[in-house]
Amino acid sequence: MEFQQIFTIAGKEFRDRMRNRWVLAVALVFTVFSLAIAYFGGAQQGTVGFRSIEFTIASLVSLVIYLIPLIALLLGFDAIVGERERGSLDLLLSLPITRLELLLGKYLGLAAALTLSTLAGFGLVAVLLVRQFSWAALFHYGGFMLSSVLLGLAFLSLAVLLSVLTHERTRASGLAITAWFFFVLVFDLLLLGALVATGGSVGGEAMAYLLLLNPADVFRILNVFSLDDVRTLYGLTSIVPPALAKPWLMGAVMAGWIVVPLGLASWRFKP
Amino acid sequence: MTRNPPPIDLSEPPAIEVRGAHKHYGALHAVDGIDLRIARGEIFGLIGHNGAGKSTLFKMILGLTPATSGEIRVGGATVQGRDFRAARRHLGYLPENVVLYDNLNGLETLRFFARLKGAPLTQCPALLERVGLAHAGNRAVREYSKGMRQRLGFAQALLGEPQVLLLDEPTNGLDPQAIRDFYATLRELQAGGVTIVITSHILAELQERVDRLAILASGKLQALGSVQALREQAHMPLTIHLTLAAADRPAALGLLSAVPGVTGTETAEGLHVDCPRGSKMAVLGALAPLGTALQDLQIQEPSLEDVYFDLRKG
Repeated sequence: MEFQQIFTIAGKEFRDRMRNRWVLAVALVFTVFSLAIAYFGGAQQGTVGFRSIEFTIASLVSLVIYLIPLIALLLGFDAIVGERERGSLDLLLSLPITRLELLLGKYLGLAAALTLSTLAGFGLVAVLLVRQFSWAALFHYGGFMLSSVLLGLAFLSLAVLLSVLTHERTRASGLAITAWFFFVLVFDLLLLGALVATGGSVGGEAMAYLLLLNPADVFRILNVFSLDDVRTLYGLTSIVPPALAKPWLMGAVMAGWIVVPLGLASWRFKP
Repeated sequence: MTRNPPPIDLSEPPAIEVRGAHKHYGALHAVDGIDLRIARGEIFGLIGHNGAGKSTLFKMILGLTPATSGEIRVGGATVQGRDFRAARRHLGYLPENVVLYDNLNGLETLRFFARLKGAPLTQCPALLERVGLAHAGNRAVREYSKGMRQRLGFAQALLGEPQVLLLDEPTNGLDPQAIRDFYATLRELQAGGVTIVITSHILAELQERVDRLAILASGKLQALGSVQALREQAHMPLTIHLTLAAADRPAALGLLSAVPGVTGTETAEGLHVDCPRGSKMAVLGALAPLGTALQDLQIQEPSLEDVYFDLRKG
Protein backbone atom coordinates (compact mmCIF):
# COMPACT_ATOMS: atom_id res chain seq x y z
CA MET A 1 0.00 0.00 0.00
CA GLU A 2 1.33 3.43 -0.95
CA PHE A 3 0.27 6.13 1.50
CA GLN A 4 1.25 8.83 -0.95
CA GLN A 5 -1.61 7.76 -3.24
CA ILE A 6 -4.09 7.68 -0.35
CA PHE A 7 -3.06 11.17 0.75
CA THR A 8 -3.31 12.56 -2.78
CA ILE A 9 -6.91 11.36 -3.10
CA ALA A 10 -7.75 12.38 0.48
CA GLY A 11 -6.18 15.80 -0.01
CA LYS A 12 -8.29 16.47 -3.09
CA GLU A 13 -11.52 15.39 -1.40
CA PHE A 14 -10.78 17.52 1.64
CA ARG A 15 -9.82 20.58 -0.40
CA ASP A 16 -12.98 20.18 -2.50
CA ARG A 17 -15.13 20.35 0.64
CA MET A 18 -13.17 23.33 1.96
CA ARG A 19 -13.35 25.14 -1.34
CA ASN A 20 -17.06 24.71 -1.92
CA ARG A 21 -17.57 25.85 1.70
CA TRP A 22 -19.16 22.55 2.71
CA VAL A 23 -17.05 22.44 5.87
CA LEU A 24 -17.93 26.02 6.76
CA ALA A 25 -21.64 25.55 6.09
CA VAL A 26 -21.91 22.37 8.17
CA ALA A 27 -19.86 23.89 11.00
CA LEU A 28 -22.22 26.89 11.05
CA VAL A 29 -25.26 24.61 11.10
CA PHE A 30 -23.81 22.79 14.10
CA THR A 31 -22.97 26.03 15.86
CA VAL A 32 -26.36 27.64 15.32
CA PHE A 33 -28.35 24.54 16.22
CA SER A 34 -26.31 23.74 19.28
CA LEU A 35 -26.42 27.31 20.57
CA ALA A 36 -30.15 27.35 20.07
CA ILE A 37 -30.55 24.01 21.81
CA ALA A 38 -28.25 24.98 24.65
CA TYR A 39 -30.26 28.12 25.20
CA PHE A 40 -33.82 27.01 24.43
CA GLY A 41 -33.43 23.32 25.29
CA GLY A 42 -35.27 23.81 28.58
CA ALA A 43 -38.22 25.62 27.06
CA GLN A 44 -40.43 22.52 27.46
CA GLN A 45 -39.73 22.65 31.16
CA GLY A 46 -40.71 26.29 31.14
CA THR A 47 -37.23 27.78 31.35
CA VAL A 48 -35.07 29.55 28.84
CA GLY A 49 -31.33 30.07 29.14
CA PHE A 50 -28.22 28.01 29.71
CA ARG A 51 -28.65 25.11 32.12
CA SER A 52 -26.41 22.38 33.42
CA ILE A 53 -23.94 20.70 31.10
CA GLU A 54 -25.83 17.43 31.53
CA PHE A 55 -29.02 18.92 30.13
CA THR A 56 -27.15 20.72 27.40
CA ILE A 57 -25.38 17.56 26.28
CA ALA A 58 -28.56 15.51 26.50
CA SER A 59 -30.33 18.05 24.29
CA LEU A 60 -27.41 18.16 21.88
CA VAL A 61 -27.32 14.35 21.67
CA SER A 62 -30.91 14.30 20.49
CA LEU A 63 -30.04 16.88 17.83
CA VAL A 64 -26.84 15.25 16.70
CA ILE A 65 -28.46 11.86 16.38
CA TYR A 66 -30.68 13.20 13.59
CA LEU A 67 -28.28 15.63 12.00
CA ILE A 68 -24.90 13.93 11.86
CA PRO A 69 -26.03 10.64 10.28
CA LEU A 70 -27.90 12.61 7.61
CA ILE A 71 -24.95 14.88 6.88
CA ALA A 72 -22.50 11.97 6.81
CA LEU A 73 -24.69 9.90 4.48
CA LEU A 74 -25.20 12.85 2.12
CA LEU A 75 -21.47 13.55 2.17
CA GLY A 76 -20.42 10.01 1.36
CA PHE A 77 -22.99 8.44 -0.94
CA ASP A 78 -21.41 10.06 -4.01
CA ALA A 79 -17.81 9.04 -3.25
CA ILE A 80 -17.41 6.14 -5.65
CA VAL A 81 -20.64 6.10 -7.64
CA GLY A 82 -20.11 9.75 -8.58
CA GLU A 83 -16.72 8.95 -10.10
CA ARG A 84 -18.24 5.93 -11.81
CA GLU A 85 -21.06 7.97 -13.30
CA ARG A 86 -18.86 10.72 -14.68
CA GLY A 87 -16.44 8.21 -16.17
CA SER A 88 -13.47 9.27 -14.08
CA LEU A 89 -13.37 6.05 -12.03
CA ASP A 90 -11.79 4.13 -14.90
CA LEU A 91 -9.32 6.94 -15.38
CA LEU A 92 -8.33 6.93 -11.69
CA LEU A 93 -8.03 3.15 -11.67
CA SER A 94 -5.85 3.19 -14.79
CA LEU A 95 -3.24 5.06 -12.72
CA PRO A 96 -0.74 3.38 -10.40
CA ILE A 97 -3.26 3.16 -7.56
CA THR A 98 -5.12 0.22 -6.07
CA ARG A 99 -8.84 0.15 -5.43
CA LEU A 100 -8.20 -0.01 -1.69
CA GLU A 101 -5.98 3.08 -1.82
CA LEU A 102 -8.65 4.95 -3.77
CA LEU A 103 -11.35 3.89 -1.31
CA LEU A 104 -9.29 4.80 1.75
CA GLY A 105 -8.26 8.10 0.21
CA LYS A 106 -11.87 9.01 -0.50
CA TYR A 107 -12.95 7.98 2.99
CA LEU A 108 -10.15 9.76 4.81
CA GLY A 109 -10.61 12.99 2.84
CA LEU A 110 -14.34 13.08 3.51
CA ALA A 111 -13.78 11.99 7.11
CA ALA A 112 -11.36 14.87 7.62
CA ALA A 113 -13.91 17.34 6.27
CA LEU A 114 -16.69 15.94 8.47
CA THR A 115 -14.46 15.81 11.54
CA LEU A 116 -13.25 19.36 11.05
CA SER A 117 -16.76 20.75 10.63
CA THR A 118 -18.02 18.80 13.66
CA LEU A 119 -15.16 19.89 15.90
CA ALA A 120 -15.29 23.47 14.64
CA GLY A 121 -19.08 23.72 14.99
CA PHE A 122 -19.36 22.25 18.46
CA GLY A 123 -15.99 23.58 19.53
CA LEU A 124 -17.20 27.12 18.89
CA VAL A 125 -20.12 26.46 21.21
CA ALA A 126 -17.71 25.20 23.87
CA VAL A 127 -15.69 28.40 23.53
CA LEU A 128 -18.84 30.49 23.87
CA LEU A 129 -20.02 28.52 26.88
CA VAL A 130 -16.67 28.14 28.57
CA ARG A 131 -17.59 30.62 31.29
CA GLN A 132 -20.76 28.74 32.18
CA PHE A 133 -19.00 25.41 32.45
CA SER A 134 -16.54 23.91 34.86
CA TRP A 135 -13.50 21.98 33.64
CA ALA A 136 -15.30 18.73 34.44
CA ALA A 137 -18.22 19.88 32.32
CA LEU A 138 -15.84 20.68 29.47
CA PHE A 139 -14.43 17.17 29.81
CA HIS A 140 -17.93 15.73 29.34
CA TYR A 141 -18.51 18.08 26.45
CA GLY A 142 -15.24 16.90 24.89
CA GLY A 143 -16.48 13.32 25.19
CA PHE A 144 -19.68 14.34 23.47
CA MET A 145 -17.72 15.98 20.63
CA LEU A 146 -15.53 12.93 20.21
CA SER A 147 -18.50 10.57 20.15
CA SER A 148 -20.20 12.87 17.60
CA VAL A 149 -17.16 12.58 15.37
CA LEU A 150 -17.24 8.78 15.71
CA LEU A 151 -20.95 8.74 14.89
CA GLY A 152 -20.26 10.75 11.74
CA LEU A 153 -17.40 8.47 10.72
CA ALA A 154 -19.60 5.38 11.17
CA PHE A 155 -22.36 6.74 8.94
CA LEU A 156 -19.77 7.98 6.46
CA SER A 157 -18.45 4.45 6.29
CA LEU A 158 -21.98 3.17 5.58
CA ALA A 159 -22.38 5.82 2.90
CA VAL A 160 -19.18 4.78 1.16
CA LEU A 161 -20.36 1.16 1.24
CA LEU A 162 -23.62 2.20 -0.46
CA SER A 163 -21.59 4.20 -2.97
CA VAL A 164 -19.60 1.10 -3.91
CA LEU A 165 -22.64 -1.17 -4.10
CA THR A 166 -24.65 1.00 -6.50
CA HIS A 167 -24.07 1.98 -10.10
CA GLU A 168 -26.25 5.11 -10.23
CA ARG A 169 -26.07 8.22 -8.09
CA THR A 170 -29.84 8.43 -7.78
CA ARG A 171 -30.04 4.92 -6.39
CA ALA A 172 -27.17 5.60 -4.00
CA SER A 173 -28.86 8.75 -2.69
CA GLY A 174 -32.14 6.87 -2.27
CA LEU A 175 -30.40 4.15 -0.30
CA ALA A 176 -28.62 6.74 1.82
CA ILE A 177 -31.92 8.34 2.80
CA THR A 178 -33.41 4.90 3.45
CA ALA A 179 -30.47 4.04 5.70
CA TRP A 180 -31.05 7.26 7.61
CA PHE A 181 -34.75 6.48 8.12
CA PHE A 182 -33.94 2.97 9.21
CA PHE A 183 -31.20 3.70 11.72
CA VAL A 184 -32.47 7.00 13.06
CA LEU A 185 -36.25 6.62 12.99
CA VAL A 186 -37.31 3.02 12.48
CA PHE A 187 -34.80 0.85 14.33
CA ASP A 188 -35.70 1.92 17.89
CA LEU A 189 -39.41 1.77 17.09
CA LEU A 190 -39.00 -1.83 15.92
CA LEU A 191 -37.15 -2.76 19.12
CA LEU A 192 -39.69 -0.96 21.25
CA GLY A 193 -42.50 -2.67 19.32
CA ALA A 194 -40.90 -6.06 19.90
CA LEU A 195 -40.45 -5.29 23.55
CA VAL A 196 -44.10 -4.31 23.96
CA ALA A 197 -45.48 -7.10 21.77
CA THR A 198 -43.70 -9.76 23.78
CA GLY A 199 -44.81 -8.16 27.00
CA GLY A 200 -41.21 -7.71 27.96
CA SER A 201 -40.66 -11.48 28.27
CA VAL A 202 -38.06 -11.36 25.50
CA GLY A 203 -36.12 -8.26 26.04
CA GLY A 204 -34.30 -6.65 28.81
CA GLU A 205 -30.70 -7.64 28.52
CA ALA A 206 -30.96 -9.18 25.02
CA MET A 207 -32.66 -6.06 23.70
CA ALA A 208 -29.84 -3.96 25.04
CA TYR A 209 -27.36 -5.93 22.97
CA LEU A 210 -29.50 -5.42 19.88
CA LEU A 211 -28.96 -1.69 20.32
CA LEU A 212 -25.35 -2.26 19.37
CA LEU A 213 -26.56 -3.04 15.84
CA ASN A 214 -27.30 0.63 15.38
CA PRO A 215 -24.45 3.17 15.51
CA ALA A 216 -26.94 5.89 16.47
CA ASP A 217 -27.84 3.92 19.61
CA VAL A 218 -24.19 3.24 20.33
CA PHE A 219 -23.72 7.00 20.23
CA ARG A 220 -26.55 7.45 22.73
CA ILE A 221 -25.07 4.84 25.05
CA LEU A 222 -21.70 6.55 24.79
CA ASN A 223 -23.23 9.73 26.13
CA VAL A 224 -25.75 8.36 28.61
CA PHE A 225 -23.61 6.61 31.16
CA SER A 226 -22.11 9.62 32.81
CA LEU A 227 -25.35 11.50 33.24
CA ASP A 228 -27.54 9.73 35.74
CA ASP A 229 -30.00 12.53 36.32
CA VAL A 230 -30.93 12.85 32.66
CA ARG A 231 -31.20 9.18 31.74
CA THR A 232 -34.87 9.47 30.89
CA LEU A 233 -33.99 11.78 28.05
CA TYR A 234 -32.18 8.96 26.28
CA GLY A 235 -35.14 6.70 25.58
CA LEU A 236 -34.38 3.08 24.96
CA THR A 237 -30.71 3.36 25.74
CA SER A 238 -31.57 3.91 29.39
CA ILE A 239 -32.16 0.12 29.59
CA VAL A 240 -28.51 -0.54 28.85
CA PRO A 241 -26.99 -2.76 31.55
CA PRO A 242 -23.96 -1.30 33.33
CA ALA A 243 -21.78 -4.06 31.84
CA LEU A 244 -22.26 -2.48 28.42
CA ALA A 245 -22.04 1.11 29.45
CA LYS A 246 -18.28 1.36 29.39
CA PRO A 247 -16.80 4.09 27.21
CA TRP A 248 -13.97 1.97 25.86
CA LEU A 249 -16.35 -0.88 24.99
CA MET A 250 -18.80 1.40 23.21
CA GLY A 251 -15.86 3.16 21.56
CA ALA A 252 -14.72 -0.22 20.25
CA VAL A 253 -18.23 -1.01 18.96
CA MET A 254 -18.26 2.35 17.20
CA ALA A 255 -14.84 1.62 15.72
CA GLY A 256 -16.34 -1.63 14.45
CA TRP A 257 -19.11 0.39 12.82
CA ILE A 258 -16.44 2.41 11.06
CA VAL A 259 -14.20 -0.46 10.00
CA VAL A 260 -16.73 -3.14 9.03
CA PRO A 261 -18.70 -1.19 6.37
CA LEU A 262 -15.42 0.09 4.92
CA GLY A 263 -14.09 -3.47 4.88
CA LEU A 264 -17.24 -4.64 3.11
CA ALA A 265 -16.91 -1.76 0.66
CA SER A 266 -13.35 -2.76 -0.11
CA TRP A 267 -14.41 -6.38 -0.55
CA ARG A 268 -17.25 -5.44 -2.94
CA PHE A 269 -15.23 -2.83 -4.86
CA LYS A 270 -14.20 -5.19 -7.63
CA PRO A 271 -13.99 -4.80 -11.40
CA MET B 1 -2.87 12.63 -48.76
CA THR B 2 -1.78 9.18 -47.69
CA ARG B 3 1.28 9.50 -45.53
CA ASN B 4 3.96 6.89 -45.57
CA PRO B 5 3.51 4.67 -42.56
CA PRO B 6 6.72 3.75 -40.77
CA PRO B 7 7.69 0.15 -41.31
CA ILE B 8 5.86 -2.01 -38.81
CA ASP B 9 8.15 -4.60 -37.33
CA LEU B 10 6.05 -7.29 -35.76
CA SER B 11 9.04 -9.51 -35.12
CA GLU B 12 10.13 -7.34 -32.19
CA PRO B 13 8.39 -7.81 -28.86
CA PRO B 14 5.16 -5.91 -29.49
CA ALA B 15 4.13 -2.94 -27.41
CA ILE B 16 0.77 -4.59 -26.82
CA GLU B 17 0.10 -8.27 -27.15
CA VAL B 18 -3.36 -9.75 -26.72
CA ARG B 19 -3.57 -13.51 -26.86
CA GLY B 20 -6.84 -15.42 -26.87
CA ALA B 21 -8.52 -12.78 -24.75
CA HIS B 22 -12.06 -13.46 -23.57
CA LYS B 23 -14.25 -11.37 -21.31
CA HIS B 24 -17.61 -12.83 -20.44
CA TYR B 25 -20.29 -11.14 -18.36
CA GLY B 26 -22.61 -14.09 -17.80
CA ALA B 27 -23.98 -14.98 -21.22
CA LEU B 28 -22.61 -11.80 -22.80
CA HIS B 29 -19.27 -12.29 -24.52
CA ALA B 30 -18.03 -8.70 -24.57
CA VAL B 31 -14.64 -9.83 -25.86
CA ASP B 32 -14.71 -13.19 -27.53
CA GLY B 33 -11.29 -14.54 -28.41
CA ILE B 34 -9.13 -11.67 -29.63
CA ASP B 35 -5.52 -12.03 -30.77
CA LEU B 36 -3.69 -8.82 -31.49
CA ARG B 37 -0.10 -7.60 -31.69
CA ILE B 38 0.48 -3.88 -31.84
CA ALA B 39 4.02 -2.83 -32.65
CA ARG B 40 6.04 -0.19 -30.87
CA GLY B 41 5.52 3.20 -32.49
CA GLU B 42 2.38 2.17 -34.28
CA ILE B 43 -0.80 4.25 -34.50
CA PHE B 44 -3.50 1.64 -34.32
CA GLY B 45 -7.20 2.26 -34.86
CA LEU B 46 -9.95 0.26 -33.23
CA ILE B 47 -13.37 0.60 -34.81
CA GLY B 48 -16.74 -1.03 -34.39
CA HIS B 49 -20.36 -0.35 -33.47
CA ASN B 50 -21.30 0.60 -29.94
CA GLY B 51 -21.06 -2.52 -27.83
CA ALA B 52 -18.59 -4.18 -30.20
CA GLY B 53 -16.13 -4.62 -27.34
CA LYS B 54 -13.74 -1.70 -27.91
CA SER B 55 -14.01 -0.18 -24.47
CA THR B 56 -13.88 -3.57 -22.78
CA LEU B 57 -10.72 -4.41 -24.72
CA PHE B 58 -9.25 -1.08 -23.64
CA LYS B 59 -10.04 -1.83 -20.01
CA MET B 60 -8.49 -5.25 -20.34
CA ILE B 61 -5.30 -3.78 -21.82
CA LEU B 62 -5.22 -1.29 -18.93
CA GLY B 63 -5.71 -4.09 -16.43
CA LEU B 64 -8.95 -2.55 -15.14
CA THR B 65 -10.97 -5.58 -16.11
CA PRO B 66 -9.40 -9.01 -15.66
CA ALA B 67 -9.73 -11.29 -18.68
CA THR B 68 -11.99 -14.31 -18.28
CA SER B 69 -9.27 -16.16 -20.15
CA GLY B 70 -6.29 -15.32 -22.31
CA GLU B 71 -3.29 -13.15 -21.75
CA ILE B 72 -2.51 -9.48 -22.26
CA ARG B 73 0.94 -7.94 -22.10
CA VAL B 74 1.97 -4.32 -22.43
CA GLY B 75 5.65 -3.72 -23.08
CA GLY B 76 6.23 -7.40 -22.40
CA ALA B 77 4.76 -7.25 -18.88
CA THR B 78 1.32 -7.93 -17.47
CA VAL B 79 -0.53 -4.85 -16.28
CA GLN B 80 -1.90 -6.60 -13.22
CA GLY B 81 -0.10 -8.19 -10.34
CA ARG B 82 2.96 -7.18 -8.43
CA ASP B 83 4.46 -4.75 -10.94
CA PHE B 84 1.24 -3.04 -11.95
CA ARG B 85 2.40 0.37 -10.75
CA ALA B 86 5.50 0.38 -12.92
CA ALA B 87 3.47 -0.84 -15.90
CA ARG B 88 0.80 1.83 -15.45
CA ARG B 89 3.28 4.69 -15.18
CA HIS B 90 4.09 3.99 -18.84
CA LEU B 91 0.43 4.01 -19.89
CA GLY B 92 -1.67 7.00 -20.83
CA TYR B 93 -5.43 6.63 -20.99
CA LEU B 94 -8.27 8.88 -22.03
CA PRO B 95 -11.65 7.26 -21.38
CA GLU B 96 -14.64 7.98 -23.58
CA ASN B 97 -16.84 10.87 -22.40
CA VAL B 98 -14.88 11.44 -19.22
CA VAL B 99 -16.02 14.33 -17.05
CA LEU B 100 -13.14 15.82 -15.11
CA TYR B 101 -13.51 17.72 -11.86
CA ASP B 102 -15.48 20.93 -12.29
CA ASN B 103 -14.15 22.61 -9.19
CA LEU B 104 -10.47 22.27 -10.06
CA ASN B 105 -8.79 24.47 -12.62
CA GLY B 106 -6.88 23.05 -15.56
CA LEU B 107 -3.49 23.16 -13.89
CA GLU B 108 -4.78 21.68 -10.63
CA THR B 109 -6.40 18.86 -12.57
CA LEU B 110 -3.10 17.97 -14.21
CA ARG B 111 -1.23 18.24 -10.92
CA PHE B 112 -3.69 15.92 -9.22
CA PHE B 113 -3.24 13.26 -11.88
CA ALA B 114 0.53 13.85 -12.05
CA ARG B 115 0.82 13.12 -8.32
CA LEU B 116 -1.13 9.90 -8.69
CA LYS B 117 0.91 8.89 -11.71
CA GLY B 118 4.24 9.78 -10.16
CA ALA B 119 4.98 12.24 -12.96
CA PRO B 120 6.97 15.44 -12.28
CA LEU B 121 4.62 18.35 -11.55
CA THR B 122 6.82 20.54 -13.74
CA GLN B 123 5.37 18.75 -16.78
CA CYS B 124 1.93 20.20 -16.16
CA PRO B 125 2.31 23.73 -17.56
CA ALA B 126 4.17 22.39 -20.61
CA LEU B 127 1.41 19.88 -21.30
CA LEU B 128 -1.26 22.56 -21.03
CA GLU B 129 0.72 24.50 -23.60
CA ARG B 130 1.02 21.46 -25.81
CA VAL B 131 -2.75 20.97 -26.00
CA GLY B 132 -3.39 24.69 -26.44
CA LEU B 133 -4.77 25.39 -22.97
CA ALA B 134 -1.92 27.50 -21.58
CA HIS B 135 -4.24 30.52 -21.43
CA ALA B 136 -6.92 28.60 -19.50
CA GLY B 137 -4.78 26.85 -16.90
CA ASN B 138 -6.08 29.00 -14.07
CA ARG B 139 -9.72 28.80 -15.09
CA ALA B 140 -12.08 26.35 -13.42
CA VAL B 141 -12.82 23.31 -15.56
CA ARG B 142 -16.52 24.08 -15.07
CA GLU B 143 -16.04 27.01 -17.46
CA TYR B 144 -14.37 24.87 -20.15
CA SER B 145 -16.09 24.02 -23.41
CA LYS B 146 -16.46 20.38 -24.40
CA GLY B 147 -13.45 20.63 -26.68
CA MET B 148 -11.32 22.20 -23.95
CA ARG B 149 -12.27 19.45 -21.53
CA GLN B 150 -11.31 16.87 -24.10
CA ARG B 151 -7.94 18.56 -24.63
CA LEU B 152 -7.36 18.63 -20.88
CA GLY B 153 -8.14 14.91 -20.79
CA PHE B 154 -5.58 14.38 -23.55
CA ALA B 155 -2.96 16.38 -21.64
CA GLN B 156 -3.69 14.17 -18.63
CA ALA B 157 -3.04 11.08 -20.75
CA LEU B 158 0.36 12.49 -21.74
CA LEU B 159 1.56 12.88 -18.13
CA GLY B 160 4.69 10.91 -17.35
CA GLU B 161 5.69 10.55 -21.01
CA PRO B 162 3.82 7.27 -21.50
CA GLN B 163 5.11 4.67 -23.93
CA VAL B 164 1.60 3.47 -24.73
CA LEU B 165 -1.42 5.70 -25.21
CA LEU B 166 -4.97 4.37 -25.21
CA LEU B 167 -7.40 7.00 -26.43
CA ASP B 168 -11.12 6.26 -26.48
CA GLU B 169 -12.91 8.68 -28.84
CA PRO B 170 -10.32 11.41 -28.18
CA THR B 171 -11.59 13.82 -30.84
CA ASN B 172 -15.15 13.87 -29.55
CA GLY B 173 -16.18 17.51 -29.33
CA LEU B 174 -13.04 18.90 -31.00
CA ASP B 175 -13.36 21.39 -33.85
CA PRO B 176 -11.62 20.63 -37.18
CA GLN B 177 -8.55 22.72 -36.34
CA ALA B 178 -8.21 21.04 -32.95
CA ILE B 179 -8.53 17.63 -34.61
CA ARG B 180 -5.67 18.51 -36.97
CA ASP B 181 -3.54 19.69 -34.06
CA PHE B 182 -4.42 16.56 -32.13
CA TYR B 183 -3.24 14.25 -34.90
CA ALA B 184 -0.12 16.36 -35.43
CA THR B 185 0.70 15.76 -31.76
CA LEU B 186 0.09 12.05 -32.21
CA ARG B 187 2.59 11.98 -35.06
CA GLU B 188 5.20 13.75 -32.93
CA LEU B 189 4.64 11.20 -30.21
CA GLN B 190 4.85 8.38 -32.72
CA ALA B 191 8.17 9.71 -33.94
CA GLY B 192 9.36 9.37 -30.35
CA GLY B 193 8.40 5.71 -30.35
CA VAL B 194 5.07 6.01 -28.54
CA THR B 195 2.48 3.38 -29.39
CA ILE B 196 -1.01 4.77 -29.80
CA VAL B 197 -4.31 2.92 -29.87
CA ILE B 198 -7.25 5.08 -30.79
CA THR B 199 -10.98 4.58 -31.33
CA SER B 200 -13.26 6.88 -33.25
CA HIS B 201 -16.73 6.76 -34.69
CA ILE B 202 -15.63 9.15 -37.40
CA LEU B 203 -14.01 6.71 -39.79
CA ALA B 204 -12.99 9.35 -42.33
CA GLU B 205 -10.84 10.87 -39.59
CA LEU B 206 -8.94 7.64 -38.97
CA GLN B 207 -8.64 6.66 -42.61
CA GLU B 208 -5.49 8.61 -43.41
CA ARG B 209 -4.07 8.67 -39.93
CA VAL B 210 -3.65 5.17 -38.61
CA ASP B 211 -1.02 2.67 -39.64
CA ARG B 212 -3.31 -0.28 -39.13
CA LEU B 213 -6.73 -0.83 -37.74
CA ALA B 214 -8.95 -3.56 -36.46
CA ILE B 215 -12.68 -3.88 -36.91
CA LEU B 216 -14.43 -5.35 -33.91
CA ALA B 217 -17.91 -6.86 -34.02
CA SER B 218 -19.66 -8.69 -31.18
CA GLY B 219 -16.38 -9.04 -29.33
CA LYS B 220 -14.57 -10.64 -32.24
CA LEU B 221 -11.86 -9.31 -34.53
CA GLN B 222 -13.58 -9.05 -37.89
CA ALA B 223 -10.73 -7.58 -39.90
CA LEU B 224 -7.20 -6.40 -39.25
CA GLY B 225 -4.70 -4.55 -41.39
CA SER B 226 -3.81 -1.26 -43.01
CA VAL B 227 -6.66 0.66 -44.63
CA GLN B 228 -5.33 -0.45 -48.02
CA ALA B 229 -5.20 -4.09 -46.93
CA LEU B 230 -8.77 -3.87 -45.68
CA ARG B 231 -9.85 -2.38 -48.99
CA GLU B 232 -8.36 -5.37 -50.76
CA GLN B 233 -9.91 -7.74 -48.28
CA ALA B 234 -13.31 -6.19 -48.84
CA HIS B 235 -13.12 -6.75 -52.64
CA MET B 236 -14.79 -3.42 -53.15
CA PRO B 237 -14.73 -1.97 -56.66
CA LEU B 238 -12.82 1.19 -57.43
CA THR B 239 -14.72 4.07 -58.90
CA ILE B 240 -13.25 5.83 -61.92
CA HIS B 241 -14.70 9.17 -63.00
CA LEU B 242 -14.10 10.03 -66.67
CA THR B 243 -14.68 13.52 -68.01
CA LEU B 244 -15.83 13.23 -71.62
CA ALA B 245 -17.86 15.21 -74.13
CA ALA B 246 -21.32 13.70 -74.68
CA ALA B 247 -20.38 12.68 -78.22
CA ASP B 248 -17.44 10.59 -77.04
CA ARG B 249 -19.32 8.65 -74.35
CA PRO B 250 -20.80 5.83 -76.52
CA ALA B 251 -17.30 5.09 -77.87
CA ALA B 252 -15.90 4.99 -74.35
CA LEU B 253 -18.69 2.66 -73.17
CA GLY B 254 -17.89 0.42 -76.13
CA LEU B 255 -14.22 0.26 -75.18
CA LEU B 256 -15.07 -0.48 -71.53
CA SER B 257 -17.39 -3.35 -72.43
CA ALA B 258 -14.32 -5.27 -73.55
CA VAL B 259 -13.03 -5.42 -69.95
CA PRO B 260 -14.86 -8.11 -67.94
CA GLY B 261 -16.65 -7.02 -64.79
CA VAL B 262 -16.51 -3.32 -65.61
CA THR B 263 -19.71 -1.27 -65.81
CA GLY B 264 -20.07 2.34 -66.90
CA THR B 265 -22.96 4.76 -66.43
CA GLU B 266 -23.37 8.27 -67.80
CA THR B 267 -23.15 11.26 -65.49
CA ALA B 268 -23.36 15.00 -66.10
CA GLU B 269 -19.59 15.29 -66.73
CA GLY B 270 -18.94 12.00 -68.42
CA LEU B 271 -18.90 8.44 -67.18
CA HIS B 272 -18.92 6.77 -63.79
CA VAL B 273 -17.07 3.44 -64.01
CA ASP B 274 -17.17 0.67 -61.39
CA CYS B 275 -14.10 -1.43 -61.78
CA PRO B 276 -12.88 -4.53 -59.92
CA ARG B 277 -9.69 -3.80 -58.01
CA GLY B 278 -7.63 -6.07 -60.29
CA SER B 279 -8.88 -4.53 -63.52
CA LYS B 280 -7.67 -0.98 -63.01
CA MET B 281 -4.78 -1.21 -65.48
CA ALA B 282 -6.90 -3.10 -68.00
CA VAL B 283 -9.45 -0.26 -67.92
CA LEU B 284 -6.75 2.37 -68.40
CA GLY B 285 -5.35 0.37 -71.30
CA ALA B 286 -8.78 -0.04 -72.89
CA LEU B 287 -9.37 3.72 -72.74
CA ALA B 288 -6.12 4.60 -74.55
CA PRO B 289 -7.74 4.86 -78.02
CA LEU B 290 -9.82 7.79 -76.74
CA GLY B 291 -6.68 9.91 -76.75
CA THR B 292 -7.33 13.58 -75.97
CA ALA B 293 -11.09 13.05 -76.06
CA LEU B 294 -10.64 11.87 -72.46
CA GLN B 295 -10.39 15.25 -70.74
CA ASP B 296 -9.83 14.07 -67.20
CA LEU B 297 -9.76 10.91 -65.11
CA GLN B 298 -10.05 10.38 -61.37
CA ILE B 299 -9.63 7.09 -59.54
CA GLN B 300 -11.47 6.91 -56.24
CA GLU B 301 -10.67 4.29 -53.61
CA PRO B 302 -13.56 3.12 -51.45
CA SER B 303 -13.58 5.02 -48.17
CA LEU B 304 -12.89 3.35 -44.85
CA GLU B 305 -16.58 3.77 -44.13
CA ASP B 306 -17.52 1.84 -47.30
CA VAL B 307 -15.00 -0.85 -46.40
CA TYR B 308 -16.25 -1.01 -42.81
CA PHE B 309 -19.86 -1.58 -43.81
CA ASP B 310 -18.89 -4.01 -46.55
CA LEU B 311 -16.76 -6.09 -44.16
CA ARG B 312 -19.44 -6.03 -41.51
CA LYS B 313 -21.97 -7.24 -44.08
CA GLY B 314 -19.65 -10.11 -44.99
